[in-house]
Amino acid sequence: MIEARQLTKRFGGRTAIDGVTLRVARGEVVGFLGPNGAGKSTTFRILAGIFPPDAGTASIDGLDLEREPLAARRRLGYVPERPALQHDLTVDDQLAFVAALRDVPAGAARRETMEHAIARTGLADVRRRRIGALSRGFRQRVSLATALVGDPPALLLDEPTVGLDPAQSAETRRFVREFGRDHAVFVSSHILADVEALCDRVVVLHRGRVLADGDPATLAARLRRTSYVDVEAAAPAERLAGILASVAGVLGTAPLAGPSEPGRCRVEVALGHDVRPAIAAAIAAAGIGLFALVPVEPSLEEAFLALTEGPRA
Amino acid sequence: MKKALAICRRDLGIMFGGPLAWTLIGAFTFLSGYFFYSDLTFYVLFGGGGLPTGLWRYVFLHYRLVAMLVVPLVTMRLLAEERKLGTLELMWSLPVRDREVLGGKFLAAAIVYVIMLAGTAVGPAVLFVLHPFAVGPVLAGYLGMVLLGFGFIACGLAASAIAENQVVSAMLTYGVIVFLWFASTNEAAIGEGVAWIVVGLSLFDRFSGFAQGVVDLRDVVFFAAFAALFLFLALQTLGARAWRGVA
Repeated sequence: MIEARQLTKRFGGRTAIDGVTLRVARGEVVGFLGPNGAGKSTTFRILAGIFPPDAGTASIDGLDLEREPLAARRRLGYVPERPALQHDLTVDDQLAFVAALRDVPAGAARRETMEHAIARTGLADVRRRRIGALSRGFRQRVSLATALVGDPPALLLDEPTVGLDPAQSAETRRFVREFGRDHAVFVSSHILADVEALCDRVVVLHRGRVLADGDPATLAARLRRTSYVDVEAAAPAERLAGILASVAGVLGTAPLAGPSEPGRCRVEVALGHDVRPAIAAAIAAAGIGLFALVPVEPSLEEAFLALTEGPRA
Repeated sequence: MKKALAICRRDLGIMFGGPLAWTLIGAFTFLSGYFFYSDLTFYVLFGGGGLPTGLWRYVFLHYRLVAMLVVPLVTMRLLAEERKLGTLELMWSLPVRDREVLGGKFLAAAIVYVIMLAGTAVGPAVLFVLHPFAVGPVLAGYLGMVLLGFGFIACGLAASAIAENQVVSAMLTYGVIVFLWFASTNEAAIGEGVAWIVVGLSLFDRFSGFAQGVVDLRDVVFFAAFAALFLFLALQTLGARAWRGVA
């Protein structure tokens, strides 16, 4: 449905993306993961038909974006990174306008597609309000509804959770998952957990190149070469570190707080071993009360470092 | 064409939904009304040939000034604000051609401008009831105003396509039209070799015929070409995203 073959784009002397190849099928949510500046937005803009690549081809639903730009763009809904909305329009005005540009004939067909988009994004109560008067979360919903109007089968969502509070983020993720049932959804993020929770497959972009393309579990395992567990217990951190160091599977320990109680300790553990039961047992055996045992998600930067450096000896 | 109309309708909705269009139409009507009154008073007191050269000429030359002041403020936000908000990027992802986007925006600004001009017809209409006159020269003047205004709108659209900031957009438009206006006022300052080009480009000289009730086809073609040139520039500026990117 969404297909990119060997996309390359340069701006001035800088290569934004280099040989990006990917595809997204209908009924699939594919994540696009990469640090800021990796070239995600450039890829999105090419796939949205905003500008052409210098080399390579992009197509939506089999329609080449350069040869049949209007027909291809009719088949896609794009949500740019920042919500792109005219504040002086009402929600209904905005959706009717986009429906008209997507060639939905005025009358019953247009009303129907607007109703559909409003129902799927829960905008019924605010449809006659000015967009400028809506909260950030509702504006995000209007952006999503804008993409749905005219029922394009391919959806391109560029960082849809950026700038939202946790509740709004969760809501947006729920919408994206729902859209994934009957659309081809390509969604970018620089938050690993977001992508893991949402996507059937993940494409990792780094410095304009595709670094990996696979299912999130495998990829996350590949990204998390090492993992960390934070331990909090009723003993000074130094003593805790001493106990934890002797647990099998623990590669290293580092006290997090001062020598006061309760102590906190970050433990580096070998990949593929869940050492948490062993840690709990060791602390219990030492007669110390255990408060918390929390696995630490590596930051995306750490994960990328791991991926770009290759396996450590 | 249908999509250009959809864009035009939306932009009119945005302009009339906020205070901008109303303020500008109000300012245009007030200033042009004042000039009509003052020029008429002057004519009544001092006379000065027939109506075309004694009254209409001054009225339209003053209207021209008002248009020069107000039109860049009508066009300044048309594309600059869309670029700033990111809605231009969204528009580019929709199945619509750049020329349809420009066409819709030109039409929206043209409609606002024609509404402004229609407001100025009240004075001459009242005068006609009290004191009938030949309407030909007045219609010629209005034709000149329409052509001139459309040229300004095209110029303003090109500036709005270039700038992301509305003030920069308006200032660019003022810069271009004021320069083209006065380029030929001091012919001694320009070399003889290029004088004919500058005079040829001068909006000042081209408009004065219309103001005195004379419609010259060459002047009509000039204004049409002037507008076409700037619409072409605007189109090229929108197309520059291919190598310049969106931001």
